[in-house]
Amino acid sequence: MAGPVSGVFLGMPAFPQAAERAVRDERLRTNLRHATHTIRDKRARAVAELPDWAELRAAGKAIKDHTLRHLDRYLVQLEEAVTAAGGTVHWAADADEANRIVAGLVHATGEREVVKVKSMATQEIGLNEALAAEGITAYETDLAELIVQLGDDRPSHILVPAIHRNRAEIREIFAERMAAWGRPAPEGLTDAPAELAEAARLHLREKFLRARVAVSGANFMVAETGTLVVVESEGNGRMCLTLPDTLISVVGIEKVVPTWRDLEVFLQLLPRSSTAERMNPYTSLWTGSSAGDGPSDFHLVLLDNGRTAVLADQVGRQALRCIRCSACLNVCPVYERAGGHAYGSVYPGPIGAILTPQLRGTASPVDASLPYASSLCGACYEVCPVAIDIPEVLVHLRERVAAQGGHALERAAVAAAGYVLDHPALLTAAERLAGRTRALHPRRLPGPGRAWTDTRDLPEVPAEPFRDWWRKNRP
Amino acid sequence: MRVALFATCVNDALFPTTAIATVRVLERLGVRVDFPAEQSCCGQPQYNTGYRRACEPLVHRTAKAFADYDHVVTPSGSCAAMVRDNYPRIGAKAAAEGRGTALADAAHALAPRVYELTEFLVDVLDVEDVGAYFPHSVTYHPSCHGLRVLGLGDRPLRLLRAVKGLELRELPGAEECCGFGGTFAVKNAAVSAAMAEDKLTNALGTDAQVLCGADNSCLLHLGGMLRRRGGTLRPLHLAEILASTEQDPWRAP
Repeated sequence: MAGPVSGVFLGMPAFPQAAERAVRDERLRTNLRHATHTIRDKRARAVAELPDWAELRAAGKAIKDHTLRHLDRYLVQLEEAVTAAGGTVHWAADADEANRIVAGLVHATGEREVVKVKSMATQEIGLNEALAAEGITAYETDLAELIVQLGDDRPSHILVPAIHRNRAEIREIFAERMAAWGRPAPEGLTDAPAELAEAARLHLREKFLRARVAVSGANFMVAETGTLVVVESEGNGRMCLTLPDTLISVVGIEKVVPTWRDLEVFLQLLPRSSTAERMNPYTSLWTGSSAGDGPSDFHLVLLDNGRTAVLADQVGRQALRCIRCSACLNVCPVYERAGGHAYGSVYPGPIGAILTPQLRGTASPVDASLPYASSLCGACYEVCPVAIDIPEVLVHLRERVAAQGGHALERAAVAAAGYVLDHPALLTAAERLAGRTRALHPRRLPGPGRAWTDTRDLPEVPAEPFRDWWRKNRP
Repeated sequence: MRVALFATCVNDALFPTTAIATVRVLERLGVRVDFPAEQSCCGQPQYNTGYRRACEPLVHRTAKAFADYDHVVTPSGSCAAMVRDNYPRIGAKAAAEGRGTALADAAHALAPRVYELTEFLVDVLDVEDVGAYFPHSVTYHPSCHGLRVLGLGDRPLRLLRAVKGLELRELPGAEECCGFGGTFAVKNAAVSAAMAEDKLTNALGTDAQVLCGADNSCLLHLGGMLRRRGGTLRPLHLAEILASTEQDPWRAP
């Protein structure tokens, strides 16, 4: 049984209800459509530039599969290398343990605030809320995360957490909320991108210069040297990684790769898939701690939080290959219309629909609905840089949900249909009956059938099924 | 050449004209078509909704029905994809659960012999011009399973371009899903309808007379919405366009 991942999203409605509300939100639909189509097209162009993309993708998949198969060995190697380089490694079985470790480390420094590098792992465990409960304020420094934090909002995208906001909304959030968190927005702020960026720069600068403790995640950890890697576009992450005295990195155990050579593959796959860039503007790498150069105290918190349970599932484990690029979100027609919040997790979109129910289990209404939040169109699998067959895992998880009960009517219908379909004489009789009674068929159905006929007519049932035509015409 | 028609349950019960059209096209090209009556549903709706065990008898039934044929042709990309992609998976899982290899053997014996109609025409019969005549403007929606699981590529378009009198109009956003997705259309009706709305907006924007597809399940969904709206755009399966000739042209029923 997976432990609680984060309290932030508890009590969320099931995906279909949340998505229905999102579909009706015209502004959200417009924001998401514009943003996803823009990045989708740019990604396609960036990927098309590389003649060996298919080979890179296969290599990325193979490296991740190999590492996951020998995860025990590589994690121990990583721990030894980090320790030898002057860092301290902590092991956290779940979110609570990871949060306790981080809070304890911050308390030990005597500080009451930390600056944060954008990180999915710390969102997954609800670190900011846990630190707040301990009297510690965590400042998000990624521009989009800042927008989400100032707006008292939730992230709706892995890479672009504020993708659901347009610049007019961002201007409003900055003008109204920055003062409560530090330096206020400049007077007369407009929604020109350069002005918004400058306001964020000024607001964040005082945090960078003051902070003594930083918290980060990592995109990769290299086992052979104990080196951690963060890639980003803004440089705000590098500020956090270099200026403070203490750096605490919370990283999922699946982020390890064996060697520096392996990085070569991922540093090509990731930027082209995520931001459609050939190279990440900032690639920061650090190994332990060095006197007089960056943080003097480095702690690595290795996070399980359900991952070893995912690893035990032969079909589901491929989700652990994910490098959090977001290409699957940007190409997904369901995400584009439902938005990220409907997924009730920090991991939205197709990857979230297979990762969240594995990490959190399928007991809650939203978690049980996530494997069904897909038309199985396969666009996600097509763009995934590590070839995660998301439709395959979705169907695999649907089996788990169907088996846990709660769909009595559906199970009965499947059983009845199964019987008829396996008895062609009955099937023919049913088809003929439908043909003869077709004048009586309603245009709109009651009960569960309404979900179809609310927006669509039923098809006209033909006078006779194909079977009967064949019997008469090809005797 | 002796070929079995895998009509699919949707076509058998709701779209017999598509199955009849498939027979006519194949026969016109000199193929002897059989319809093994033991065939039923491939099990895709059950499988995709999470009821894998419930479709195991259908895997056995389908494999048995088509055991004697070198080529099994179906006018449905998603049913062909179900057999080729998922039957081996269902067999492998049954074996992994300690229930023997009979299902896996049946799946592997059938899967490589199943062809979607356009694959069979272009790859096996090596034809693009099937002698069809269809004097209407047409826009084509490539359904996802044909496009991504089977990799049909431009085979359907090559067949359409060779049809006499047919004016092909490019569908913007063609590769985006129409929102059907089997039980997705009911379980997530709002998102499904929103996807269909966008697909129809693009199709209507082409001003074509016919919205052509190679999967009637998608056309059932799009057509249901078109009928609710009214208007003249008409959904039609590719097989019915290919079956239409100058001597015996397609007529709107």
